[in-house]
Amino acid sequence: MQLTRRQMTGALAAAPLLSMLGACGGRGDSGLTVWAMGNEAASLPDLLKDIDWPKGAPPISVQPLPWTAAHEKLLTGFAGGSLPSVGQVGNSWIAELAAIGAIMPVPAHAIALLRDQFGAVTDTNRIAGRSWGVPWYVDTRLQFYRKDLFARAGYAAPPADWAGWKVALHKVKKIAGDGNFALLYPLNEYEQLTTLALSSGARMLRDEGGRGAFSDPEFKAALAFYKSIFDEGLAPRVSMAQIANVWTEFGRGYFSLLLSGPWTIGDMKSRLAPELQAAWATAPNPGPDGIGSAAPGGSSLVVFAGRAHSDSDAAWDLVSRLMAPGAQLALHRATGDLPARRSVWDAAGLASDPAVAPFRTQLEHATALPKVPEWERIVTEMQIVAERMVLGQYSIDEAAKEIDARADRLLEKRRWMLDKGRAL
Amino acid sequence: MSAMGRTNEARAGWAMSSPALAAILLFFVLPALASLVLSFTDFDIYALADIGNLRFVGFQNYERLTQNPLFWKAMTNTLLFVAVGTPFIVALSLSAAMLVNSRWLKWRPVWRVALFAPYVTTLVATAVVWRYLLHTRYGLLNYLLSVFGVPPIDWLGSPNASLPAILIFVGWKTFGYNMIIFLAALQTVPRELDEAARIDGAGWFARLRHVVLPAIGPTLLLVSVLTVAGMFQLFAEPYVMTQGGPAQSTVTILYFMYEEGFKWWNLGSGAAVAFLLFLCILAVTLVQLRLAKRSGAI
Repeated sequence: MQLTRRQMTGALAAAPLLSMLGACGGRGDSGLTVWAMGNEAASLPDLLKDIDWPKGAPPISVQPLPWTAAHEKLLTGFAGGSLPSVGQVGNSWIAELAAIGAIMPVPAHAIALLRDQFGAVTDTNRIAGRSWGVPWYVDTRLQFYRKDLFARAGYAAPPADWAGWKVALHKVKKIAGDGNFALLYPLNEYEQLTTLALSSGARMLRDEGGRGAFSDPEFKAALAFYKSIFDEGLAPRVSMAQIANVWTEFGRGYFSLLLSGPWTIGDMKSRLAPELQAAWATAPNPGPDGIGSAAPGGSSLVVFAGRAHSDSDAAWDLVSRLMAPGAQLALHRATGDLPARRSVWDAAGLASDPAVAPFRTQLEHATALPKVPEWERIVTEMQIVAERMVLGQYSIDEAAKEIDARADRLLEKRRWMLDKGRAL
Repeated sequence: MSAMGRTNEARAGWAMSSPALAAILLFFVLPALASLVLSFTDFDIYALADIGNLRFVGFQNYERLTQNPLFWKAMTNTLLFVAVGTPFIVALSLSAAMLVNSRWLKWRPVWRVALFAPYVTTLVATAVVWRYLLHTRYGLLNYLLSVFGVPPIDWLGSPNASLPAILIFVGWKTFGYNMIIFLAALQTVPRELDEAARIDGAGWFARLRHVVLPAIGPTLLLVSVLTVAGMFQLFAEPYVMTQGGPAQSTVTILYFMYEEGFKWWNLGSGAAVAFLLFLCILAVTLVQLRLAKRSGAI
């Protein structure tokens, strides 16, 4: 490589940027920066107007991040020492951020913020005996189903136990007609299988998250149930990319049931044809015998580590003001997010909304997923194996063994860290 | 020239090239060596938190890559981009260069600027425009196809169409730069040769084949080496347009490296990918050079 005139010109043009390098050092010591994502970031400036922020306190500035780049941004921010004071963080990232020491545990004076919350959600943020973030809003996945087709099959709602649920799906499939199926379980998504596994009580990891426990009988039961759904022709063997438009297909009756989160309520209202608006509903997930489980989701507010005391005090003050019932209600009104505090559900009248009420039931029945930084990679591998099992490459036992082998490989470093006593 | 003078001249040469050499050493050779070392470690988020958690793992990163289906998918995608994209872009830029070089074309400077413009516009801005052009229902491209009775193509949503869609965009974005290089070469082709061939009764294609192409042979090689290197390093276009989707059909090797390194923070594994990519580009370039030498282009 040689310096061409183009590069020299570029270097000259970039020279003014040098002064900005100096600015990187002193990152807004005078103010409180908040990183937030998506809709929440868009409505946060308005929320901040109503939290009675004291006059003398450091000014707050909100920096929005896109969801697609947020995870990278947080880790890069940690590597570069440029994390802000407060951040919105997806609950599934807490384990990772806590493991690398990027976030502060919730201090004693703020622990009251975790009361009046859903147990499974606060449990997600509890690692090594300490809580690392305050759940801000919650979500989970449950079933969206075609009320009209289930009614024609003789059901007001999908039965809550696995056996009855499957019988109902067979009837619905018959009513939907040839070429149609009963439910959509896209082969590239792992949430369906983890939901079944949580419902059957599988722990999925053992030895403090050092090894996979996918050969446990509970997980194998979930795996067998998952496989039978495809083997009995209840669900098409497709990935999400092969479904051109989920709403059109749901409206057509190609499938009558899918697993999704609260964001789908808005999509159903805006994308489903007007004449079908009365024809859909939500219900809690089925389990082996009675209502099943689900993985709690949503975002938490965290305070990043490595700041001065006065700064982190102001940060926790901001978090507690954002968690006040009034601010929670305002967040729900602005974004449609489901509030983290139970009392706000009552205040917002969410129990009377038939589409939303089942989410409360499901959140009361939710179970935290294993809390290790490697989790997302593990479930990605789990789904690759499960997909191959559905396509006939593995038997149930072979698949369970293969998932264990892949999980153990991914957890090798964690086991080494556990041996040294360095892992959380 | 005396021996003394020659030494002086050599010294002056070293003195003048030393700033550039120092820059290359500092910003290219050292980081390249560092990343080679990194590729033999298991640098991950644990090591990010505390460097004491770093271990040397030998060739384990490379071994795991060969077992990773996504790595092979990315490799296949990249080779497809190279195999299809290089001839496409070279042909596109050569025809554009011949167009703006032809004597019958009026307003030549305007044409040159217009055709060079895509190269200097911001990638993200043009990607946004192209997302509209490629839109399944409202896109101009599908509208033009519908005139010929072709049903709409889901350019960025279908795993089969996404690769051509990215290629069209990349071709449009980069041909301007190659066009300028070709233009400079075309202007050195002696007009006498062209006229002599014409008098001998050579048609347009025969003159292109036997007069123009041999004269610009070295440039053709340069452009194809640059394009191959560029195609191997395709990243920003799929990152902005498709994020590697749909169904990982536009995950290129560099995109894979980015995800390994900066999404999962497995910098050790990411560095191993980078090193393999370096070897690939080196190998292809050496083959191209050898072919060119045999055909006498250089």
